[in-house]
Amino acid sequence: MPGPLECLRVLELAHERTAFAGKLLADAGADVRLLEPRDGCAQRRHAPFVDDRPDREGSLSFWHYNTSKRGITLDLDTLRGRELARELIARADVVLEGEDPGRLAALGIDAPLELERQRSLVWVSITPFGRNAPRAAEPATDLTLLAGGGPVWSCGYDDHALPPVRGGGNQAYHTGAHYAVMAVLVALLERERSGRGQLVDVNIYAACNVTTELATYEWLVARKTVQRQTGRHATVMRTAPTQARCADGRHANTGVPPRTPEEFGRLRQWVLDLGLAEEYPEVFLLELGMQREPLDLWRIGEDEEVTAIFAAGRDAIVLIASRLPAADFFRQAQERGIPVGVIYAPEEVLDDPHFRARGFPAQVDHPELGRAVTYPGAPYRFLRTPWRVSRRAPRLGEHNAEIYAELGLGADALEALRAQGVL
Amino acid sequence: MRTQTASTRSGALSHVRICDFTGQLAGAGATKFLAAFGAQVIRIEDPERQGRWDILRGAPPFRDERRGIDLGGAFNNHNVEKLGITLNLKSPRGRELLERLVRISDVVAENFAAGVMERLGFGYERLRALRPDVVYVSNSGFGASGPYLRFKTWGPVVQAISGLTFTSGLPDREPAGWGFSYMDHTGASYMAMAILMALLHRARTGEGQWVDMSCTEAGATLTGPAILDWTVNHRPMRRPGSPHGNRSEWPPMAPHGIYPARGDDCWIAIACRDAADWRAFARVVDRPFVREARFADLAGRLAAQDALDDEVVAWTRELEASAVTRALVAAGVPAAVVARPEERIEHDPNTAAWGLWPEVEHRAMGRVRVDGLPVHLSRTDWSITRGAPCLGEHNDQVFGELLGLAPEEIDALRAGGVI
Repeated sequence: MPGPLECLRVLELAHERTAFAGKLLADAGADVRLLEPRDGCAQRRHAPFVDDRPDREGSLSFWHYNTSKRGITLDLDTLRGRELARELIARADVVLEGEDPGRLAALGIDAPLELERQRSLVWVSITPFGRNAPRAAEPATDLTLLAGGGPVWSCGYDDHALPPVRGGGNQAYHTGAHYAVMAVLVALLERERSGRGQLVDVNIYAACNVTTELATYEWLVARKTVQRQTGRHATVMRTAPTQARCADGRHANTGVPPRTPEEFGRLRQWVLDLGLAEEYPEVFLLELGMQREPLDLWRIGEDEEVTAIFAAGRDAIVLIASRLPAADFFRQAQERGIPVGVIYAPEEVLDDPHFRARGFPAQVDHPELGRAVTYPGAPYRFLRTPWRVSRRAPRLGEHNAEIYAELGLGADALEALRAQGVL
Repeated sequence: MRTQTASTRSGALSHVRICDFTGQLAGAGATKFLAAFGAQVIRIEDPERQGRWDILRGAPPFRDERRGIDLGGAFNNHNVEKLGITLNLKSPRGRELLERLVRISDVVAENFAAGVMERLGFGYERLRALRPDVVYVSNSGFGASGPYLRFKTWGPVVQAISGLTFTSGLPDREPAGWGFSYMDHTGASYMAMAILMALLHRARTGEGQWVDMSCTEAGATLTGPAILDWTVNHRPMRRPGSPHGNRSEWPPMAPHGIYPARGDDCWIAIACRDAADWRAFARVVDRPFVREARFADLAGRLAAQDALDDEVVAWTRELEASAVTRALVAAGVPAAVVARPEERIEHDPNTAAWGLWPEVEHRAMGRVRVDGLPVHLSRTDWSITRGAPCLGEHNDQVFGELLGLAPEEIDALRAGGVI
């Protein structure tokens, strides 16, 4: 069955800022053509590599971010290359690019001009600060965008002698990609009615700025500044820990401690079932929690009884966590209706029985390896138009013949272009 | 500064009506994005519980000394541009009105725990019977099937299970995690993508469908290279010295980190991407260590990264953060102050020029600024001017104008506790 974006044709100018947006569209069924320079895009040189051997066909970063795409090469610094690029653009519904502002215009491939020529085109630029921003020319990486854009201020440890910490995985680029895809889909839905495309300007720095939850609106609403804390929300007033060390040395997030009478009842029963009543003298506070209205979070710190009951719930959970391995603590708590989470390393998620039962690990065939490789699977499940990795990432220029054939270029013409240094 | 007025309300999605049961940020953020582009989002809340299923309703931050169900700052931030109605789904009349609403809606969106919509009698089969081409997107912690079907989550729990919390930390310490619900923001983004993709498919084929979204699965797609390093190379991220959140392993960069500056809790992020960045960095720093042979190339700097970071710290700690950052950026080296909220919201011309903090008019709170959107569309851009709905604020409009009830009928619904 085809994906929801079947029939959509995307030309992606390979860049680390576009790669994830292109993957999201491609895995949803769009025909994404990845255009790389003759010696391959920069991402092909990013570790990790298969068996740690640097090779432009063996970058696992490139593999992950370019599933379901087809690949072509083209040198945009040549006149003929730019002509061919325009022909490819003319055949696309969407152009996806992440070049530094001004670079393409300097080559004579400028979004406003192309949109003028082709009124149904949707052109998406993903740049660090937006196309025409005061800071458009500043250099930036995932780290500096997350630091300058807000998320890093909220992440780290209770001990402020330690630096704030950046969460891993290039999440600034991911966040930019999410907004890029959302915005291009809005433009495409609008195009269904108007027949017209438009320019979509995506600003990664702005995306980070609106991905900080409390930090931003504590300031906007109350002009207060949140402070980072270990493993939990940065807040204005310090809160008690919610990250517990379990019996196996691994950690779990204890979630929002109980607030409702039912939750207090279940927690009390768990304390009793584990034989911990003697070590835990505050059972009576859990019982108080069972006899009153659900606790209002905002009254913690303002109302003595609410504060004491809430703290007792948290302490009981931390005590239980210290007696069980992290995975057992997680499942037993959840089975008792207490929402906590085991802290998995990324690779551990794939082995979890729930993720396996839902078929989350995706098998992607790699003919060159003679086997399938396990990738992360679907972020959403469309019942009628399933998400699917349709092919592994393209080898360099793998689809030159079939895609340039659409432009009427046969084998001889491609050979000549290759000899001229165009492909 | 881009100015926005009511007359410039975006038309991009003005043909889309959403029957919206979402709450918190993981759901409400999705329909906020769509509402900003003109979708008619009708938020449905329970009159008996005063909409408290959404724990952000009536919760801090507050704009002034007033407290109340309509005065929550976070709720306002996530629900701008939506209509708000109350509807008691335990009453037969309430259920009948919901049926009428579903019949005229393109999308039904919810982020209840899995199974709640079924128990309310409005699972996908029922919705489809009411509206054959309906797009139904359910967003829960673990999805609509599997052994953890009944497990519950909130942002930090999703981040823990999906591997994201673990990626954020310093070596040989417990995870630092994310100091906010990254996966509520991001779960909302995937939910919005799912709604929009399903609408595009429907526009082309006339077919609606159900999209089952699991926030933990969405989160587990965000650490791909680490997962492949395990499935291909059998190298786990859980190993001594790993992870080191502030360093860059993929692609390798050094120096790459967050370094102290002069003052209380002042920090600078610096990333040298390549040899050119290192040479530019060396010119700005101009201390003996930048000329040491062991730091001359990337391999050397990676091998001696602890010593290199010590040298960088010794240089930055006496300097003023914004001055160092300016000097490095001017030399072409990526650098940023670890920005406090006030710095990036009030003092950065980039966020102001983008129009990133639109001010809305909220019926009870007054004028308040909120998160805008980090995208601009050249022809049909977003617009955010109206605050979140007070409880039942649009009952007259929705039940009257949309469903055609007479004022006396609406009064009777109110009196009967149906709305």
